[in-house]
Amino acid sequence: METQHSLDTRNLLCPLPVIRTQNLVKTLNPGETVEVVGTDPGIMNDIPAWCRINGHEVLESTTIENEYFVCLKVGD
Amino acid sequence: MNKTPKAIALISGGLDSLLAAKIIQEQGVTVEGINFFTGFCVEGHTHAIRKKDQNKSKRNNALWVAEQLNIPLHLVDIIEEYKDIVINPKHGYGANLNPCLDCKIFMVSKALEWIECSDYEFDFIVTGEVIGQRPMSQRKETMPVIAEQSGANDRLLRPLCAKNLPETLPERMGWVDRDQLFDFSGRNRKPQMALARQFGFDDYAQPAGGCCFLTDQNYATKLADLWQARGEKTYELDDIMLLKVGRHIRPKPHFKLIVAREEGENRFLQGYKKQFTSMQPVSHGGPLTLLDGVPTDDDLKLAAQITARYSQGRDADSVTVEVIMNGQSSELHVSPLPAQDVMSEWMI
Repeated sequence: METQHSLDTRNLLCPLPVIRTQNLVKTLNPGETVEVVGTDPGIMNDIPAWCRINGHEVLESTTIENEYFVCLKVGD
Repeated sequence: MNKTPKAIALISGGLDSLLAAKIIQEQGVTVEGINFFTGFCVEGHTHAIRKKDQNKSKRNNALWVAEQLNIPLHLVDIIEEYKDIVINPKHGYGANLNPCLDCKIFMVSKALEWIECSDYEFDFIVTGEVIGQRPMSQRKETMPVIAEQSGANDRLLRPLCAKNLPETLPERMGWVDRDQLFDFSGRNRKPQMALARQFGFDDYAQPAGGCCFLTDQNYATKLADLWQARGEKTYELDDIMLLKVGRHIRPKPHFKLIVAREEGENRFLQGYKKQFTSMQPVSHGGPLTLLDGVPTDDDLKLAAQITARYSQGRDADSVTVEVIMNGQSSELHVSPLPAQDVMSEWMI
């Protein structure tokens, strides 16, 4: 899906993709969207968990071959 | 007092930090969590790579704990600053290369620094430490050392063993009722498990702790080998990640091989091909191997033979191995090294 920002965390292992996501989201405004791509399947659990804790919304998560994509919308 | 007191709890993802934060939360204190990533955290890493671990839970336990407590969790990357703790621990190492006491002092000091630099106005710090639970860092005599050397002093509260320790600021200020804190001590986990049941937690991470690769003997041996080969105690994040992956084989002092053990590790090591000389059998199925060091032609041949040894062509007369060195590809035709010629002392 179309997002305003993208974050490449390929070859990073959790929790680094979550930390990079957290650090990017800190710089964004509510409502902005981000697509995170990674190769660690852990992001499919960790980024949604991080979003739930911090009030962000997961819009979509998909797996294409060995890559994992999570799209999120920054919360208020 | 007018405002609700606020505490920041160090959340490792284990049972003790879960309980410590919960105890304080139950007293009406606003609690948020902080989790530090050192690069050596066991969390997640290898689960993501190896097939045998694919069925294991891939949840990040610190995030999971925060969800159970319904608190925000601040994840902080301390990889760079943590190097000095690993390389020069003032209080020395534990059984392996684990600088547990320095680590705890550092983490509490980072939490203190974080709250002093943030806008959140936290009043005190909470940890899940229990006197006598860890032989190096959690002893009666180290508790005051951590409080003093971190700079937190009486702003550091350990709810699980607070009754065995002097009164702290949150107790004196009436933010926390000392009578509702605990006096746990020793390695017995039953009191924590009983408390977990009381709080309704029936699913939690490893009760015995162990969340750091530096406490692992095999891992520590590989790190010590890395330092010895380099002639100095230094590392980068990629170094310590790679120590978790593959067979590490050092046939000669000046080069080491990292041989993938399965498809998941092959994929992971692919990401490092540009940084290392790499090789992989092309005539047979086989592992991707990274070569760390500056090899001679004879070294390359030996490395290719070892790589072939772990390929599906291990019993073939000849295996063709593609070598990529400095961006240039070439092929070597080698006989796989017989199992008896792979010296046990090469295996790190």
